[in-house]
Amino acid sequence: MKYESQKIAYAYFLAAMILFVVQVSGGLLAGWIYVAPNTLSEVLPFNVVRMLHTNSLIVWLLLGFFGAAYFLIPEESGREIHSPAIAYYQLAILVLGTLGVVVTYVFDLFQGNFLLGKDGREFLEQPLWVKIGIVVAALMFLYNVSMTVLAGKKTAITNVLLIGLWGIALLFLFAFYNPANLSLDKMYWWYVVHLWVEGVWELVMAAILAYLMLKLTGVDREVVEKWLYVIVGTSLFTGILGTGHHYYWIGAPGYWQWIGSIFSTLEIVPFFLMMVFSFVMVWKGRRDHPNKAALLWSLGTTTLAFFGAGVWGFLHTLHGVNYYTHGTQITAAHGHLAFFGAYVSLNLAIFTYAFPIMRNRDPYNQVLNMASFWLMSGGMAFMTFVLTFAGTIQTHLQRVMGQNYMEVQDQLVLFYYMRFGAGIAVVLGAILFVYAILVPQREAIEPGKRDVLSPAE
Amino acid sequence: MREVMTTSMARNIFYGGSIFFVLIFLGLSVHSHIYIVNTSTASMPLTESVVRGKRIWEEHACVNCHSLHGEGAYFAPEVGNVMTRWGVIDKPKEAFETLKGWMEAQPSRIPGRRQMPGYKLTDEQIRDLSNFLIWADKTDTKGWPPNNAG
Repeated sequence: MKYESQKIAYAYFLAAMILFVVQVSGGLLAGWIYVAPNTLSEVLPFNVVRMLHTNSLIVWLLLGFFGAAYFLIPEESGREIHSPAIAYYQLAILVLGTLGVVVTYVFDLFQGNFLLGKDGREFLEQPLWVKIGIVVAALMFLYNVSMTVLAGKKTAITNVLLIGLWGIALLFLFAFYNPANLSLDKMYWWYVVHLWVEGVWELVMAAILAYLMLKLTGVDREVVEKWLYVIVGTSLFTGILGTGHHYYWIGAPGYWQWIGSIFSTLEIVPFFLMMVFSFVMVWKGRRDHPNKAALLWSLGTTTLAFFGAGVWGFLHTLHGVNYYTHGTQITAAHGHLAFFGAYVSLNLAIFTYAFPIMRNRDPYNQVLNMASFWLMSGGMAFMTFVLTFAGTIQTHLQRVMGQNYMEVQDQLVLFYYMRFGAGIAVVLGAILFVYAILVPQREAIEPGKRDVLSPAE
Repeated sequence: MREVMTTSMARNIFYGGSIFFVLIFLGLSVHSHIYIVNTSTASMPLTESVVRGKRIWEEHACVNCHSLHGEGAYFAPEVGNVMTRWGVIDKPKEAFETLKGWMEAQPSRIPGRRQMPGYKLTDEQIRDLSNFLIWADKTDTKGWPPNNAG
């Protein structure tokens, strides 16, 4: 660790990992309620469990992004973070807000109160006071990192990262605008939800990925930077108008069916480029970095994002297909693999890379960490497959044959059992990951000595 | 790629292209906003009762089990067309009574059945919620969902 203030990331990543375990445990409980619907039904209804599952996901991913920014910006800018104190206050606000959200949801406190009660739009359920807290924390963060970058060296990586993070904060402001007209509400709601995950989050992802490639493969900065701009260019060129694929059936004009179909089909391009980028960099790289687990997660995130966000997104994005699949388990399948591939794995990649450096020791314990990659990825892939099958059957029975919703659901139970099994693998993988990062003091399996070949050979 | 373009070219394409697409998106958003207000949701007035009903829908986080116009959770039936499914889309009084009967029968406590919480709503609130769901059902959603099953 070159700069003392990079250590700020440690606290952010720890908080993120705690929420990660909460998130997947909540997911497992929700998966269990699908197969045993009477579980906790009057203590902790499904809608509350799902809010905890989705909200904790979003918060921990953001904490990971913030931490990653604090970790890589000092190195890129060549100077310490402007104010470490502000960074810790920012974290305190976010943690307080998170605790407030959990208590509000679980005990359903202040229901109906405009300031203290939950808000109830999907993913934006946080009470108003928490939303305000998020904005305050975001402003503190942006001030802090922008001051650091402006005073130091400006690189393509910090540039793209900052544009992405500013975009996240500005788009979040639409969370405060809730029109009484449901269709308008939905239209602007997607400004936050879609333009985050299929827009500015991709900028953050590409920037962090570029940093990891730079460090892990040793490829020239010039090459990495050019790739980075091409990738984020295709992200925004496709992702902004790709918002149209959410405007097919909410009361918006019909032209969105064509605009949405065409541009969201092209949304596969940035994910394909990120995958190609990571593999080409590893292929061309001269550096044999000792942190193989970080490399595995880096290649894993681009590959799984390509399939989860790219291929599974395309699967149901054409409006003629979406007419039948919209709001079925197909969407759930895509959502799970897309978030896991693109944003969960990316965060776990930077955690894996940064933790040994922040703790100033060899990258222990890589073998366990890599095992957790395969356990989580395998579980998530299996979950995606079974939900896709469930969604296919649901689409046919419900949307083509016109059978009632609950009648159809009763026929999908087998898939929900398999999804629960896949969920167990994911939770075990998550716990194993946290253990591998924090606990072991030595490598489980000694790495083999590599033969050094001279160029003449 | 070195031959094709330089880093600063790539950066400028990124900036210029992004601004271009943002402007198109904003233009279409303005048109869509006007279209939604004046055309697709204009068949029924957005009354005070409908607005209150939307708030009830939000305060109880209904969207985290149900979907509405296909968006939300997939744990419980679509409600964007529930009034059509119940055959009460043009009968507000029957819509209210049917919804009231349904709400007050929850939770069913039938073993192996998905459970809806028993929300203690007043008649006034149920009427508002019912009006909101009728209003949503009357939105022109380009023929979605494909059938009454939702």
